[in-house]
Amino acid sequence: MRVGLFVTCLVDLMRPRIGFAALQLLEAAGYEVIVPDAQTCCGQPGYNSGDRSPAKALALKVLREFAGCDYVVAPSGSCAGMIREHYPRLFQDEPQQLEKISELAQRTYELTDFLVNVAKLQNVLGSFHGSITYHDSCSGLRELGVKNQPRQLLAKTPGLQLKEMRDCETCCGFGGTFSVKFGDISTRMADNKCNAIQASGAAAVVLGDLGCMLNIEGRLRRRGDNKTRVLHVAEILAGEEGT
Amino acid sequence: MHFKARAGEKLRDTRLQQALAKAQGKFVHTRAEAILELENFEAYRDAAASIRDRVIRDLDLYLEQFEKNASARGAVVHWAETAQDVNRIVCEIAELHGVRKAVKSKSMVSEECALNEALEAAGVEVVETDLGEYILQLAHEPPSHIVAPVVHKTKDEVSDLFEQKHKKPRKTGIPELCREAREVLRPHFLSADMGISGANFLIAETGSTLIVTNEGNGRLVTTMPRVHVAITGIEKVVPTLEDIATLLRLLPRSATGQAITNYVSINTGIKSRDDSDGPEHFHIVLVDAGRTKLLGGVMQSMLRCIRCGACMNHCPVYQNIGGHAYGWVYPGPMGSVLTPVYAGLENALDLPNASTFCGECAVVCPVKIPLPDLMRNLREQQTEQGLRSWQERLALKIWAWTALHPGIYAALSRIAARILKGMAGGGKLLHYLPGGHGWTDGRDLPAPEGRTFRELYRERRR
Ligand code: SF4
Repeated sequence: MRVGLFVTCLVDLMRPRIGFAALQLLEAAGYEVIVPDAQTCCGQPGYNSGDRSPAKALALKVLREFAGCDYVVAPSGSCAGMIREHYPRLFQDEPQQLEKISELAQRTYELTDFLVNVAKLQNVLGSFHGSITYHDSCSGLRELGVKNQPRQLLAKTPGLQLKEMRDCETCCGFGGTFSVKFGDISTRMADNKCNAIQASGAAAVVLGDLGCMLNIEGRLRRRGDNKTRVLHVAEILAGEEGT
Repeated sequence: MHFKARAGEKLRDTRLQQALAKAQGKFVHTRAEAILELENFEAYRDAAASIRDRVIRDLDLYLEQFEKNASARGAVVHWAETAQDVNRIVCEIAELHGVRKAVKSKSMVSEECALNEALEAAGVEVVETDLGEYILQLAHEPPSHIVAPVVHKTKDEVSDLFEQKHKKPRKTGIPELCREAREVLRPHFLSADMGISGANFLIAETGSTLIVTNEGNGRLVTTMPRVHVAITGIEKVVPTLEDIATLLRLLPRSATGQAITNYVSINTGIKSRDDSDGPEHFHIVLVDAGRTKLLGGVMQSMLRCIRCGACMNHCPVYQNIGGHAYGWVYPGPMGSVLTPVYAGLENALDLPNASTFCGECAVVCPVKIPLPDLMRNLREQQTEQGLRSWQERLALKIWAWTALHPGIYAALSRIAARILKGMAGGGKLLHYLPGGHGWTDGRDLPAPEGRTFRELYRERRR
């Protein structure tokens, strides 16, 4: 079975190691992983800024690039949610495209969702010594129902102890361009999230989306917290959490 | 002042922040517990949404049925096309019946038309009797929440206000404050000529108006004065009492976490010969004020709204800035849809954009209004109508073009990864980003690793 890895634009630019972690996990689960070279972005910046046409063009581009894959997997609930939930809406009035797009949507998964529900992964590659708390990213949680999947996998990780924080499902304030357009509101929301993370007493906050990751890490550091680590769930599961 | 500036102010207002922190915990927690009592909450939501959709599909039929049944019981139904019409109609009713004083229970529609000001200009004294609205009337402030209008104030502020306005010794306990308000309000109920209420629902099969309240003031307003005027939006009609039973399982639970409110009052017709109380004249003002514009369009589902306030209670943006920042009667996610729709897209440019699309509002909405989708649609309308800044349009154009040209995109990402890493100067964080102060004013930007995934992947494959 072939899995196409949708790296996502933020992983490509900011955190390649998360892409490699995802790649390793998928290969460990027994899949042939292909990474289409010309992939760029899922189209959310346009779609959520009120411009459908680039989002549609990018949706068709994703469709073409991942045509030969049995599954498409992204280390992001946000991008996977865009493809699964929103691509079909973009083509609601175009029955010919809609069929293919819906079929793409149905074989697209967020990474932990895929590992648990499709790959039925038994063992994770990594280990982690210490406590973590998990932040549920909005799109993954509310659009794709990603809640127990990462926790199930983290529970298999030797040495890892999960300490849930309060309000773990509350938005961290990222919201794409919202984080820049409404910087002060976004910062306050990130602040609330940082308070909850610190109150949990965990050594690291783990999550499944790059946007939240940059937002939370950026705010923690600005507040002077250089200790709490901010890690993508794939990094932990693959044992690639670096330093 | 625009939303953004107001929001910034609210974020720095420590008293407001105290009040908001307290309210948020309460609303979210109590709702979560209350919905557990219903065995199949999701099935109720589906049923409620479909009742509301059924009404909206045949709105004219149900409104006609309502008018027929209400008239048969002696009520007079008035149709107000605009907010100004509401004020004109109510002032005419006041004049007709020689009204000098009106007591009022909570009505958000009357806030839409600034009815109090219109009545006062016509020489009618208006007294708000909902405790929250009464406090706001004393303070000359608009509501900041559709269910808990005074949620932005702390108890201490109310103590100060009462001391100053009532000229009585300062009270600090909530029961004492309530008693003082009650003492002030009682004589008004007795001396008022007219009672003005809203209506949570209109019941088509009986021609009744229904209100849910917790203070009992609504019951006094609708039964004591000789004239009762109920004002509400045309979309509030519901076919049967049976349907009401379904909706009432959801409304209080979603709003305040109550299984049921202290009072549910159904007002049907005027006082008959055998009734011991009730109004001699009952006027029902049904308000369009933009609602019919939504019919048959992409925003139609917004007409399902039963004004429970759950979307704002659970909105992380509202939770941090409160309702006044939104600038008009309706705050939070439902306001971010309604304000542009009713007051004009160009008059509320920030509102549809002031959401992270976290989706929690749509999860809690008892009638399943897809609020984020509606906000996204408004963003699209802004784009279509050329209401976005040239900077934003340009940025989007550049992004779209490069994202569709993979070679150039790859090259630019390679460069960006290196520049950003370089700017972090060996560290892992950027404290400042030219043009990115929206981000870096409050946060550092974690620096990229330095090379893109694409580059590294190609290398490893070789
Ligand atoms: S939009 Fe939904 S949640 Fe918000 S007030 Fe209306 S009914 Fe309640």
